[in-house]
Amino acid sequence: MSLPNPAELIRQMATSLTTHLQHRAISEPRFIGIRTGGVWVAQALLQELGSESPLGTLDVSFYRDDFSQNGLHPQVRPSELPFEIEGQHLVLIDDVLMSGRTIRAAMNELFDYGRPASITLVCLLDLDAGELPISPDVVGATLSLSAQQRVKLSGPTPLELELQDLAL
Amino acid sequence: MTPLDAKRPLQLNAQGQLQHFLSLDGLPRELLTEILDTADSFLEVGGRAVKKVPLLRGKTICNVFFENSTRTRTTFELAAQRLSADVITLNVSTSSASKGETLLDTLRNLEAMAADMFVVRHSDSGAAHFIAEHVCPQVAIINGGDGRHAHPTQGMLDMLTIRRHKGGFENLSVAIVGDILHSRVARSNMLALKTLGCPDIRVIAPKTLLPVGIEQYGVKVYTDMAEGLKDVDVVIMLRLQRERMAGGLLPSEGEFYRLFGLTTARLAGAKPDAIVMHPGPINRGVEIESAVADGPHSVILNQVTYGIAVRMAVLSMAMSGQTAQRQFEQENAQ
Repeated sequence: MSLPNPAELIRQMATSLTTHLQHRAISEPRFIGIRTGGVWVAQALLQELGSESPLGTLDVSFYRDDFSQNGLHPQVRPSELPFEIEGQHLVLIDDVLMSGRTIRAAMNELFDYGRPASITLVCLLDLDAGELPISPDVVGATLSLSAQQRVKLSGPTPLELELQDLAL
Repeated sequence: MTPLDAKRPLQLNAQGQLQHFLSLDGLPRELLTEILDTADSFLEVGGRAVKKVPLLRGKTICNVFFENSTRTRTTFELAAQRLSADVITLNVSTSSASKGETLLDTLRNLEAMAADMFVVRHSDSGAAHFIAEHVCPQVAIINGGDGRHAHPTQGMLDMLTIRRHKGGFENLSVAIVGDILHSRVARSNMLALKTLGCPDIRVIAPKTLLPVGIEQYGVKVYTDMAEGLKDVDVVIMLRLQRERMAGGLLPSEGEFYRLFGLTTARLAGAKPDAIVMHPGPINRGVEIESAVADGPHSVILNQVTYGIAVRMAVLSMAMSGQTAQRQFEQENAQ
């Protein structure tokens, strides 16, 4: 199975996001990437959009629902949101959407900073394996993988996708 | 219960993660750095409108204080609450112990309440270690200060203070001043500074307040304040522990202040951007002049803020290590 080229996906996503925001009449969105892959995708997307907006970064380690199974992520870093959340239209960006649990954790964290006017979800890949009622508003590509397969994004430049097989 | 691997320190689980936090002795540099990094992230949480994260939701933490404390107790409580844990504080000195209950019985009762973690402060050196080893090996034990032995969370909050104000430890001169003999803070700080690579650790004290064998910590000993403070980047003042002093060690408090009190004039011998730290409570006019404690070099109140973040880091890391250890044991049993 061949994986799509991230640079091409980013170009399509930039166009779809612009259309989406226009449709919703959102003129000044605030961009937030989820560490670490989502931040890389967000940086590439902002560059493609020619936007100088500051980029917020979110580390959702303290909000995950699997602490009792997996414990604390050892490389947790502070979240940095260089703008207000209250009343703002947010564009939340992640690399790979799988179960949807990371997005749930991210939304919980964002609401601790304030009450956003809206959140638009942008993902490079949707693996169509949702365990929660969460789906992206803008997506690069949707893939169906077998239970043993995972996709890993490396970056920040160049962005590259790699297929991993857990059975190996 | 699996027998403890003799080569593995009690504080670490089979994967080398923290499962109790008893002393900084023997903990590797990477682990101390991980605590500081995690604390940095929690410090950011403390600056938000909502200062709480859901990490330890549903966990129960008991603060068991056999010895008085204000700062340590309240910051441990706040740390637990900001992690969404349920927390109760027992001042045992004023409860069952005074009715004749033993340490073991008190703790077994708390165990029966299904606590996940104990934060213990005790006037006996080694109390937290004893509890971790014999009383509740399944429950994470955090040392909130034991006798003269160790106060590891204070040690780590001091390290966080130094790292945030000085950027690192590699080129620093740090002086620890005062009652070294009775100070568990001094011991934890000397160990942490050594592990984190501080090249110049000095202790300054009268001979009567220096423990025997202090050199084994890899520190330089000074009995003259001016000489010891020369060009240091960090001054850590200690409280004169009058309650632990059984007479004869000092002629008088006035005499101590005259020779070892940190005054503006004495501080002038340190580097111009030196920081002044103190674990609290401060005795104004006994070990430190008010003008220094409240002055521009002082980071004493920052230390309190950092203390909450460091305790959040230690509580969550130890809980995480306990969880991992239980899973490891279950998998091995199958």
